Amino acid sequence: MTTTDASQPAAGTAATGSPAALRFRNVSMVFPDGTHAVDDVSFDVSAGEFVTVVGPSGCGKSTLLRIASGLEANTGGSVVIDRSSIGYVFQDATLLPWRTVQRNVELNAELQGMGKADRRAEAAKAIELVNLIGHEGKYPKQLSGGMKMRCSLARSLVLRPKVFLFDEPFGALDEITRERLNDELLNLFKSEKFAGLFITHSIAEAVFLSTRVLVMSARPGRIIGDYAVPFEFPRRHELRYHAEFAELCGKISADLKDAHE
Amino acid sequence: MTVIHEGDAVVGVVAASVSDPDEPMVPSAEPSAGSELLTNVVPPLITFAAFIGVWYLYSALKYDIPAQRRNALPFPHEVISEGFMPLWDETNGLRPILGYMWPTLQVTVLGLFISIVLGTSFAIIMNLSKHMERAFFPYAVVLQTVPILAITPLLTQLFGERLGVRLVVTVLIAIFPIITNTLFGLQSTDQLHHDLFTLNRVTRLQRLRRLELPSALPAMMAGIRIASGGAVIGSIVADFFFAQGDKGIGYYIRTRQQRASERPEMFAGTIMASLFGVLMFVIVSWITSRAIRNWHDSARPRR
Repeated sequence: MTTTDASQPAAGTAATGSPAALRFRNVSMVFPDGTHAVDDVSFDVSAGEFVTVVGPSGCGKSTLLRIASGLEANTGGSVVIDRSSIGYVFQDATLLPWRTVQRNVELNAELQGMGKADRRAEAAKAIELVNLIGHEGKYPKQLSGGMKMRCSLARSLVLRPKVFLFDEPFGALDEITRERLNDELLNLFKSEKFAGLFITHSIAEAVFLSTRVLVMSARPGRIIGDYAVPFEFPRRHELRYHAEFAELCGKISADLKDAHE
Repeated sequence: MTVIHEGDAVVGVVAASVSDPDEPMVPSAEPSAGSELLTNVVPPLITFAAFIGVWYLYSALKYDIPAQRRNALPFPHEVISEGFMPLWDETNGLRPILGYMWPTLQVTVLGLFISIVLGTSFAIIMNLSKHMERAFFPYAVVLQTVPILAITPLLTQLFGERLGVRLVVTVLIAIFPIITNTLFGLQSTDQLHHDLFTLNRVTRLQRLRRLELPSALPAMMAGIRIASGGAVIGSIVADFFFAQGDKGIGYYIRTRQQRASERPEMFAGTIMASLFGVLMFVIVSWITSRAIRNWHDSARPRR
């Protein structure tokens, strides 16, 4: 029933050799209305690992992220994470419509007290990383869905978080835009070396992005499958059409079918 | 400028012309090309011509004797020649009307300004805590539902009959739409945006300034537009009850109504008050829509 903030000197952090950036131990979540969303979930995510959780809709995947970020308090088990250094990418781009791209990207840094000159420079770097140069002065309503998501990514990148939480960020995008953003996200993952926890219901997306895929059951959500993804980085677009890739997708798909029953 | 049939219906006339919640008078943003002129200007002109025609017809059919007609429902051209003319004379025509418009303008603008400041503050306080909302909101509703005319005698007892009480009446009418719209705007802030701010560990003040107030701005502006009509009504209604202090156009209308020989002047005053209401609405609409043009951060100085 404890949540340890790893920014303070914590006792339980260094139990294993490489301390995990994010650690779930027997975490469960029962909402006040009695809904049992998450049951006995344990996993670690270290820097340089990209863990994706797939599962049927409404199985409590998003709840995992809300617990990890502190937006919800878990009712059982323990979570270890440094909450001063997380990036959270929502399902929706959640840009503030009255701010330009530049000022949206600066938002997190601004709210956390970074000076104007610093945050402007950091925002410029992030905007370059997500290929939004030239759109700094535009308002969100002038952007396409993919550009909005890039802007949202850039906003999280500015503070260089150690842990990145992604809540189905590309679910609303068309296939082509989604695959392109997958490629770009992998580049960011390799250059920034964060610990990533990604939620999706697209199996192909999960396998393409991750170093490890967890399969969650229907409510109450438990981990019922755990797959290491062996493919080397950098992963090319064509990987999606390899036999091994398809085979792994097939195994996960079979697990998911069980999860629905 | 709609229902000018009976001389007694003055308050109703003013109310009907300014409190229309739709936005019929907002000018289009781009300069009109020839075809736009045709679609934007010609239809209302036809309506206006028809209205003047009905006025002539009704007046002519109802009253046979010209003198009787002039003192009850004068023809439109008589309203102009006897109510508005001469244009620049100390005691007759347009100039005294404009003289009475000045205090009305002052009370309306000042009253609207006070309503914006107080109404926004109240909404912010109510948004800060559920207890505050429960404590205050029922009275905001009471403020709106108690007929303002029923409490004006009480207000005279409390505030006298000068500028102060005129402002009180104006604010009482104008403040409600500002409170409700601003509160609605503050409370409709997107939940994911709230989560985003929570993740950044913001203070309450940061949340208010950087998130809730900007996202409430469009609703606030809608409230101010509605309130601008209410402020005009308030300042004119006040003239019907309070005889002291700087008297406005309502006083002019009321006194011209009392003598049949001054009926054209009364109509002129009513038309002027209606024009003023429309003008207020147009100006306030223009200012408020500019404030949120291409989503308002652009209008704010960069820090």
